[in-house]
Parts: sequence; structure tokens; C-alpha cells
Amino acid sequence: MTPDTRPAAPQPHAPATESQDTAPGYAAAQAAYDAAQDSGDMVQCLAPDGTVVREDLLPEPATRLELYRQMRRARHFDERGWVLYRQGRLGVFPPFGGMEASQVGTAAALTKDDWLFPTYRDTGAALTLGLPIARTLAYWRTSPHGWHMPADLKVLPFYIPIATQYPQAVGAALAERRQGTRNVAMAFIGDGGSSEGDFHEALNFAGALNAPCVFILQNNGWAISVPTRAQTRATDLSRRADGYGIPGVRVDGNDALATYHVTREAVERARSGGGPTLIETVTYRVKPHTVADDPSRYRSEADTAGWDAKDPVTRLRTHLLNAGLMTEASEADLLAEIATEFEAALAEADSYPEPTPAEILDHVFAEPTPQLQKQRAEILAEHTAQDSAQNSKEQA
Amino acid sequence: MTATATPPTGTRNMTMVAAINDALDIALAADDTVHIFGEDVGVMGGVFRATDGLQAKHGEGRVFDTPLAEAAIVGMGIGMGLAGLKPVAEIQFAGFLYPALDQILSHLGRYRHRTRSRYHLPMVIRAPYGGGVHTPEQHADSPEAILAHTPGVKVVIPSTPADAKGLLLSAINDPDPVFFFEAIKLYRSVKEDVPVGDYRVPIGKARLVTQGDDVTVICYGGMVEVAQKAAAAAAQAGIGVEVIDLRTLVPMDTDTVITSVAKTGRAVIVTEAPRTAGFHSEIAAVIAEEAIEHLRAPIVRVTGFDAPYPPFTAVEDVYRPNPLRVAKAIRQVMDY
Repeated sequence: MTPDTRPAAPQPHAPATESQDTAPGYAAAQAAYDAAQDSGDMVQCLAPDGTVVREDLLPEPATRLELYRQMRRARHFDERGWVLYRQGRLGVFPPFGGMEASQVGTAAALTKDDWLFPTYRDTGAALTLGLPIARTLAYWRTSPHGWHMPADLKVLPFYIPIATQYPQAVGAALAERRQGTRNVAMAFIGDGGSSEGDFHEALNFAGALNAPCVFILQNNGWAISVPTRAQTRATDLSRRADGYGIPGVRVDGNDALATYHVTREAVERARSGGGPTLIETVTYRVKPHTVADDPSRYRSEADTAGWDAKDPVTRLRTHLLNAGLMTEASEADLLAEIATEFEAALAEADSYPEPTPAEILDHVFAEPTPQLQKQRAEILAEHTAQDSAQNSKEQA
Repeated sequence: MTATATPPTGTRNMTMVAAINDALDIALAADDTVHIFGEDVGVMGGVFRATDGLQAKHGEGRVFDTPLAEAAIVGMGIGMGLAGLKPVAEIQFAGFLYPALDQILSHLGRYRHRTRSRYHLPMVIRAPYGGGVHTPEQHADSPEAILAHTPGVKVVIPSTPADAKGLLLSAINDPDPVFFFEAIKLYRSVKEDVPVGDYRVPIGKARLVTQGDDVTVICYGGMVEVAQKAAAAAAQAGIGVEVIDLRTLVPMDTDTVITSVAKTGRAVIVTEAPRTAGFHSEIAAVIAEEAIEHLRAPIVRVTGFDAPYPPFTAVEDVYRPNPLRVAKAIRQVMDY
């Protein structure tokens, strides 16, 4: 990466880099960070051009194909999501295209008995573990149907507040151990989230209490508009584990075979009583923060250009074609299957009825309090059944 | 206090802290999913000894010390609750709860709602609160209104040893999160006969402490004994005071309050929290909405002030309501 080439952005959205760029030591810190991102100190199985650099890390062919299928499902969701958003058929959502290896390779190391604590950007991880596409679409449509979490999964709803999921994953992991299972808890966070106190408290708790946790830190280079190098002097976020006496691993976050490999090791360690691991997946937020974000206010095309060549889907695709595990014809079948699955899910999401006014008071407590009962009566008196029907029609 | 087997019936004379310990002991014995954790709750038995002996009796897996971080204590408890345990966390002082507010406001009260009851959190958070014992600064806060203002969590504040036991056992067995504030002043100052065994007091029911026809005094926790003293003094002057111990802020027993105020026509509300936007204001609003036609005098709030709770021993009583201030308020609504 080159030194800061970002164009001067208009106030008030301009990042406060003016003083930082000129502060003593900042340039050195930035150079160190940039150098670390390109260094060979992270685990890699496939080079960006798809050639195998670590034969010993290659998973079984069936696993490689499944990782590709899941990455394609994730990317399809991301791409269709953009279209649906522009058509007014999906609300604001945080895209994750380009981060599929970081999300799929990690989540694929879990079983359905394990816990997944995703952030709002981790749709790819949630889909991999089986969160229904229709429910996920409903979630980003701000429908309560997106809040119905399947009973046969331990995938939790997307975490909106930053880092709060980390201590909770420690608790779920401890509970599994207390109940004598070998199940683990995996929690996601971003580079931005790793500045939060909850992140550090959770790593410390997990180490002190030997919780079977796998912490995934997706370093995608940006906390909305602030680059990682402006968030911390640390250049290798996996080393944050050192402060808590737990293993820290740095992996090429755009290499699904590498993320899968290191995560499986961490999951196995946790299952067998070896405690928590922090995994930093080095990736990049090629897309805007959300579909409503305009990154040109804080970064230039040049910032993202190099990352297209590191695309995780293309990388695994090249490998699978070269290795003879997939043909263009079999891939076409796969993509058609994925598209069909998505459209069926979209149709299902379209069929979910709009919520009725009084539903906003549902599920606050097991038994509604007298106060909630009174408030429900107020809402029902205000919004007759007729209003409600009209409302549904308009929103549909 | 936990070494002997409890007989199935009868009562035992004990302090509030002993009653809390008894309730925790019974809950641990009755249900393997109950886990107690927090700062110094294990070997040491808590700074107020509320968990004394419980680790030795029930094991380090069930009663354990955590690192010192309130947000992670509550966050970890949420995760334990998600995964099928009944977490009972202790926050060492209510004034140290604030780092955990993100976990509480963003998740604890919302989990059932945002998963449409796929998950619920049967978690209890215990915290000593309130003043009157000359603690150092920041050890005497009364933050109950912050929690009462948080959808999805219940708030319970007992004022007697028996209620402390009965309400705590109800809280631990409640399917939803419950904050359980324990008045530091009352931990050891009063003893009473407490029913043995799995004694429960329902959440959401107020207690009529004294009966009277002239003034209703609504209070909870550490203010109940203060109100009782004021009521006794008023009785000497021929004024009948009905003291209501709310016991539960969420859900609040509105019916008991309104029935009493409809009878007396006068309401005094006593808390030791800061005046503005305290839970006393909610009580006043409910009375104004539902019983204003019965009022013969404006509602009076006797509370702390809009300043941090003072650690100054010499003038602590200026801030924390005392029987004299409550008695003056009773006189004020009588003379209106």
C-alpha cells in the first residue's frame, strides 16, 4: 500500500487525519501497518492467484467444494441484496462481498451444536451455519419475521452494538463446558470493535476461565471511515491475544482454505479443553460500510484497487478449476442452484405478513405485565383492525 | 448458616443478608443450572458475605470468582442464560454497575423480544445499593430508575429479611431478567422470623406495611423503615398513615397504590434516589393519571437531591431522607 492517497474530503465527514499525518511517529506507524499487511507472517494456503502454497493445509476435496458453494451463496446474497435495496425491496444492510473467505471458512469449522455470535456484517457466516436466507432477508427488511431464530440452530441474531457479543460468547462457552458438552462458541468482531472494552474483557475472561471460545477478528481495514492504522498503533491485531495469555493466529482472510484450517485447529483446541483462541483474518472491506454509505468521502479508488486481485471467491475458484475439482459446467450448475434457492427464499420472505401494531409489545416478558397489558389496549384502541389491514396493504 | 439441613416447615430468625444467603443456598441445591458469580463471591463469600460458604458447599463450578469487569460479568451471564443456565451475578455495589449498562440496555432486556422468545434470559443481577451507613463515595448510589426505564427487565427491592428471601427465590425462578437491589443499610440492622425452605414472595405485589385513612406513603427498600418511623410519629398526632412497600418497581403494583390513595386522598413518595426523573416521579405520574380526582393535596416527593450522593458523614442525613423529613411531608399534605 502507498501512503495516504485519499482525496481531501468535505467537512464534517473528513477523517481527522490532518493532524495525525503530521504527528511525530504517525508516518512510521502507518508504514509499519502497511508493511505488516503485506508480510508473509500470516497463514496462507492459496496464493492470491490460486496456486497452492501449503499443500499440507489443503482440506479434503469435498470440503473445498463445500466452502466454494457457501462462499457463492454468500456472494449471491450480497449481490442480489444490492439490487433489492435499489429496488426498494430490502432495507439498509451492510455488504460483505470480498469478505466471504473470512466468514465462510471460519463458520464452516463449526457444527450446528456450536454457538455463533455474528455482527451485522456477518451474514456469510450465519448463512453457512444454516440461518435461512428468507429469515435473513426479512431481518434486513426490518420485519419481525427476521427475528424468528430457528430452534435447531444456535446462531444468534446479528449484533448491532459493537463488541457486546464477545463476553456473551464466553458465557455460552462456559455454559457448554458446565453442562459437559464439547460444544464451542464462536464470536465475530471487526478491527474497529477490537478497540472496545468488551473485546478485551472477553479475551481476559475467556483465558482466566478457560472458556471454549473461538474469537474471529475480521480486520477489514476500516471502521466505517477510519482506517485501521488510525485506530491503533498495533500492526498485528492477533498479537492482542498475548496480553491475555491465549493463542493468537494471523491468517489470510481472503483464503478460505487457510481460514478453515486455522479455525478448525482452534475449534479442536477449544473442544478438547485447551481454551480460547483469537484469530485475526486479514481481509478488506471492498464495499461501503452499508449500502447507504458513500466511501468516496473518506477513501479513494486506489485504496481498494489492489484487493480485487485478492478476491476470495476468484482465488478458490481458480484453485478448484486447476485442481480439476470443478469444471465450468459444474460451476454453472452450482450457480443456477444457488440462484434458484435464493429466489425461493425471496418469495418466502415476500409472503411474510406485515406485523400488526400490537406486535411491538409481544415477547417483552414471558407474561405481559399489567403495564404492558394496558399499553396493548391503548394501541388496539388507536389502531383498529381496519387501520392495520390498510397499513399492511400500503407497506406491501 | 448453610451447614445444617433446613427443616421443611417453621421459621428461623435471621438478618437480611442471612436470608439472602439462605435463598441462594436453596436455589443452588434445588437446580443444577443455577450459577453464582461475580467479584469476590467465591472463597471470600462476597464483601457483605451474602454468598458466604456457598462455594465450599456447592463447588467452584457453581459459585465462582470472575475477573474484575462488570460489563463482562453481565455479558457472560447473558451468554450463560442463552445456553440454558440460570445465572445469578453479583455486582459488588450498585454504583459499580455502570460499565455493564451496554449489556443491560442493549441485550439483557431485549433478547426475548428480538428472538421472538426463541431465547429468554432467566438471569438475576444482585447489587447492594443505597446509603445510610457512611460508605466511601460512589458506594451508596440508587440507580433503580435507570433499570426500571429499561424495557424487558424487572426490578425488585426488598425491605425485610423474609421478603428478601421470598423475592430472591421468585427472581431466580423467573424466566426473565430481574435486578435485585439490596439496601446496604438493612443487611444486618434488622432480624425477623423467615420461613424455612423454598419460600416465595410473588414479584409484582406490594406490601401494606401499616394501615391508615389519612395519608398514603409509598416507598421501597431502605426507605421503608424510615417511612414506618414517620408513620408511628404521625400516629401519635392522630394521623393515620398507610405505608406501602412497593417491593417491585417493575412490574409495579399500581392497584394497591391507587386503592390506597383513593381512600386517603394524600400521597407522599419516599426514595433516596436523586429527585429528577426518579422512580418516585413515575409513581407520582401514575397517581396523577389514575387517582387525581381523589387527591386532597398535591403529591409530595421526599427524595435525595439532584447532586451525587454525599460521602460526607456529617451531612449524609441531609441528603438521605430521614423520619423527620417524611413526617414533615405528611404534615404538609395534611395541612394543605
